[in-house]
Amino acid sequence: MHRFANPQRFLSIARPLTPWLVGVGILLVLAGAYAGLLLTPPDARQGDSARILYVHVPAAWLGMAGWGSISIAALMQLVWRHPLAGLAARALAMPGALFTAICLATGSIWGRPTWGTWWEWDGRLTSMLVLLFLYMGFIAFTNLDGGKGAISRPAAIYALVGAINLPIINRSVVWWNSLHQPSSITIGKSAIAGELLWPLGLTFFGFSMLFAAIVLMRMRRFLADARNEARLRRMAVEY
Amino acid sequence: MKPKQQRLILAGLAIIAIIGAGLLASVAMRQQAAYFYSPSEARAAHIAPGTSARLGGMVERGSVQRNADGITIDFLLTDGRATVPVRYQGIVPDLFGEGQGAVADGHFDANGRFVADRILAKHDENYMPPQMGQMPTHNGGDSLVVDGANSGAPREGQNK
Repeated sequence: MHRFANPQRFLSIARPLTPWLVGVGILLVLAGAYAGLLLTPPDARQGDSARILYVHVPAAWLGMAGWGSISIAALMQLVWRHPLAGLAARALAMPGALFTAICLATGSIWGRPTWGTWWEWDGRLTSMLVLLFLYMGFIAFTNLDGGKGAISRPAAIYALVGAINLPIINRSVVWWNSLHQPSSITIGKSAIAGELLWPLGLTFFGFSMLFAAIVLMRMRRFLADARNEARLRRMAVEY
Repeated sequence: MKPKQQRLILAGLAIIAIIGAGLLASVAMRQQAAYFYSPSEARAAHIAPGTSARLGGMVERGSVQRNADGITIDFLLTDGRATVPVRYQGIVPDLFGEGQGAVADGHFDANGRFVADRILAKHDENYMPPQMGQMPTHNGGDSLVVDGANSGAPREGQNK
């Protein structure tokens, strides 16, 4: 990991990687959407409404993976003072919040025809809403210092404390009686029949690639901002 | 000790403390954070008649009775250990059915019957194509059995 902490080396990898992530990601999402809408059979009980899982599940994963990555980046900044870690945490916040919001919105749309309600204060739903609020707080936190460079120490600590919500989201359907069903896919087994499962793999990797591309583009933008500012400062000294 | 190692130890201790606090809070909230009572929990809690409560369980097979007025239904909600009779007037969600999970908002009346103002359908974590779902051995809804007894049970008897 330390090898990539050098901004120059990071850019030499991120620059050629981004168009590939965008291109392959879009193709996978389109293929997954086509397959999930037209090729797979409807679910035996829920019918066609279950098809929303091809968006809902990747969005939930990315919302949680986003915060997990933010807290790892925050730890790396706090302990090792990596120059890129703070930038990564900053870059992850917006797409993470976006996918958390997509997860909540698709879940709500899905809940109406299946459960019979748009929203319930159920353990899983509530903890996911808390994650969205955590993201909003983190974005506000990282904008306090002008939105540039490494994140502040309080913001990094906030990111670490917020990570406690991730196991709570994951376990909420096991610890507490909940309206939301338990996980369909656990390590080594799936309660989703193969005929319905395979497009999920396409959208899962497709959305993940698009997410990674957004994060890399945002990191490059932050680096470019920093470089611009350094140049302006140099020019101001010279004149 | 180098400052880097000091920071690492400090951060490690802080993370352990945070996780510990989170786990303790989650265990302490076990009852408060539950979305519904299972029938056996409701019985053990001795909920007073008229108090608002939410009850969740499996709709017992063969128990749904539609009354002559056309809008009142009676059914039994069970978790395998206790069974509660439920009465509801209104439209149930499409997924409501015998052998499936359901959640009822309402209160107990003086006779121990649960009078629901609202019914929500629960669905389980299994997804399958229609022809598999129609098999009589399909065990959909078993995930509702509480205390982590998950419906990991194999879906036997499915033809390919």
